[in-house]
Amino acid sequence: MEAVISTNKLTKRFGQFIAANELTFDVYKGEIFGFLGANGAGKTTAMRMLCGLSIPSSGAATIAGFDVYKQTEQIKKNIGYMSQKFSLYEDLTVAENIRFYAGIYGLKIPEIKAKTIELLERLGMMNEAKKLVRELPLGWKQKLAFSVSLVHSPKIVFLDEPTGGVDPVTRRQFWDLIYYAADSGVTVFVTTHYMDEAEYCNRVSIMVDGVIEALDSPRNLKRQFEVDSMEDVFYKLARNAKRAEQ
Amino acid sequence: MRQLLTFIRKEFKHVFRDKKTLLMLFGMPTAQIILFGFALTNEIKNTSLGIMDLSKDEVTRQIIRKIDESKYFEVKMYLENERGIEQAFKRDQIRAAVVFPANFAQELRHSNKSQIQIIADASDPNAATSITNYLTNIINEYQLQQKSALVAPMQIIPEVRMLYNPELKGAPNFVPGVIALVLMLVCTMMSSVSIVKEKELGTMEILLVSPFKPIYIIISKLMPFLIISIFNLMIILLLSVTLLDLEIKGNIILLLIASILFIVTSLSIGLLISTTAKTQQNAMMISLMGMMLPTMLLTGFMFPIENMPLILRILSNIVPSRWFFIIIKNVMLKGLGIESIWKELLILTFMCFSLLTLSIRKFKIRLQE
Repeated sequence: MEAVISTNKLTKRFGQFIAANELTFDVYKGEIFGFLGANGAGKTTAMRMLCGLSIPSSGAATIAGFDVYKQTEQIKKNIGYMSQKFSLYEDLTVAENIRFYAGIYGLKIPEIKAKTIELLERLGMMNEAKKLVRELPLGWKQKLAFSVSLVHSPKIVFLDEPTGGVDPVTRRQFWDLIYYAADSGVTVFVTTHYMDEAEYCNRVSIMVDGVIEALDSPRNLKRQFEVDSMEDVFYKLARNAKRAEQ
Repeated sequence: MRQLLTFIRKEFKHVFRDKKTLLMLFGMPTAQIILFGFALTNEIKNTSLGIMDLSKDEVTRQIIRKIDESKYFEVKMYLENERGIEQAFKRDQIRAAVVFPANFAQELRHSNKSQIQIIADASDPNAATSITNYLTNIINEYQLQQKSALVAPMQIIPEVRMLYNPELKGAPNFVPGVIALVLMLVCTMMSSVSIVKEKELGTMEILLVSPFKPIYIIISKLMPFLIISIFNLMIILLLSVTLLDLEIKGNIILLLIASILFIVTSLSIGLLISTTAKTQQNAMMISLMGMMLPTMLLTGFMFPIENMPLILRILSNIVPSRWFFIIIKNVMLKGLGIESIWKELLILTFMCFSLLTLSIRKFKIRLQE
């Protein structure tokens, strides 16, 4: 299997504080990789290093084959990112948001046009193209934000708690979109607090106090910890955490 | 380059879709010009005057007619005694009184000397000073005209000329001030709010993960306000010429260059504020309290800096609008060239570059945290 994310003892220190300590793992092409951990465990720090936003203190990592120290520009071209804030411009229309993000990724005008239509059709939002994003229901915004993060056909998409504050039905629909993307070969790297979502992932890692304590498929993890749900796996690991919520 | 244009186009959409901001951006300069130009002038026009003429001779009549003919004064009432003057002041009927003693012309003819008393309502000291100055001027003028008739053995008459603004209009002094204030407000407040908004929304994160360079983010965020500010400057100049009868005496290109320098300085301050402010309200408060107040007080267009205590005079040196104010005043009102403002230009250039470098560096550092 081809590893698109590969880290080796990746570490980030802030002074005395070690936010992420010797993270070593691989994520494979087309995989849905769940990145779990309590608040303050170091998830965000790790993710920022992988996105090329923060330079690691030590260790090595390649993202889509590019080095996190030297090739952050190439990394940025090959990844997509979505946070729980949805990150769309409320005073722009649906189509304008798509065109804007496609534009800053340097897509050419015919490409942008084709992508916009393709995306709107897949989302079933053809009639909403000229509506301001502000007027859309929350679930639609979220789906749109996800699609926008894929507009430049990245190899990997990072989703930072993408389903925060969304009802279960919409969350379910959102995961359909994630599966659709993974099936087409995009690697999905997702953080979440919902343990039912952890069950949907191919593999899951759980971070505690800056260290990856467990990494396997949900089924193997449950067997390993002798529990019935991911919820219990997480609880067994995270209850010993020393770092308080930040 | 195309990416940059995409971004700048988006920024303009933000500005033009926000009706409140739009109203503020374009309504403010007009409102301020009208407010400062018409309402807040220290011009003396048609001031009500009381006359107490105890002499009632040829000379006093001529002087009174001369005063009444001027557009600054209007003789409202003739008073018979001191009590009448006092009452007229208290009833707010007059703002000044002129008293001619008995036998005025006679005295003048015999001893070549005579006295006129001018009483002014000094509850507004600035206005009172102006009024007495104007009256003195009119009387002196009369004296000069009569010189051939009444030759004095020796007379030293100071001739006061109010240069560059002979009619002592209020507007010329206010217009450069308004320009400085409007540019400062638009650039600093709007730009800092617009950047902080992007952070609050979470879109800033997405932009940083994209290959779009941070310096391009800064450029495209500031560009609309640069263009809008130049447009605003044009509106203000146009209004000043058409509405306030002001003449732009100096080189307009020089004026424009200095303005752009000042605009970029203000934009850098906005950028700097955006690196510390957490919310949009926060950014707005810092801009208003931190920038508008010093601009109003320490620029010199409301209160002369020379009259301030030493500490404020020193403090005023770091207010960019202070230097910009001098530049526009010299170029616009006095028609002076670059040789008279090179020092101010240099200071402003220095401020502009150091602020810009500082804010860009701070902006980038903030993003990496």
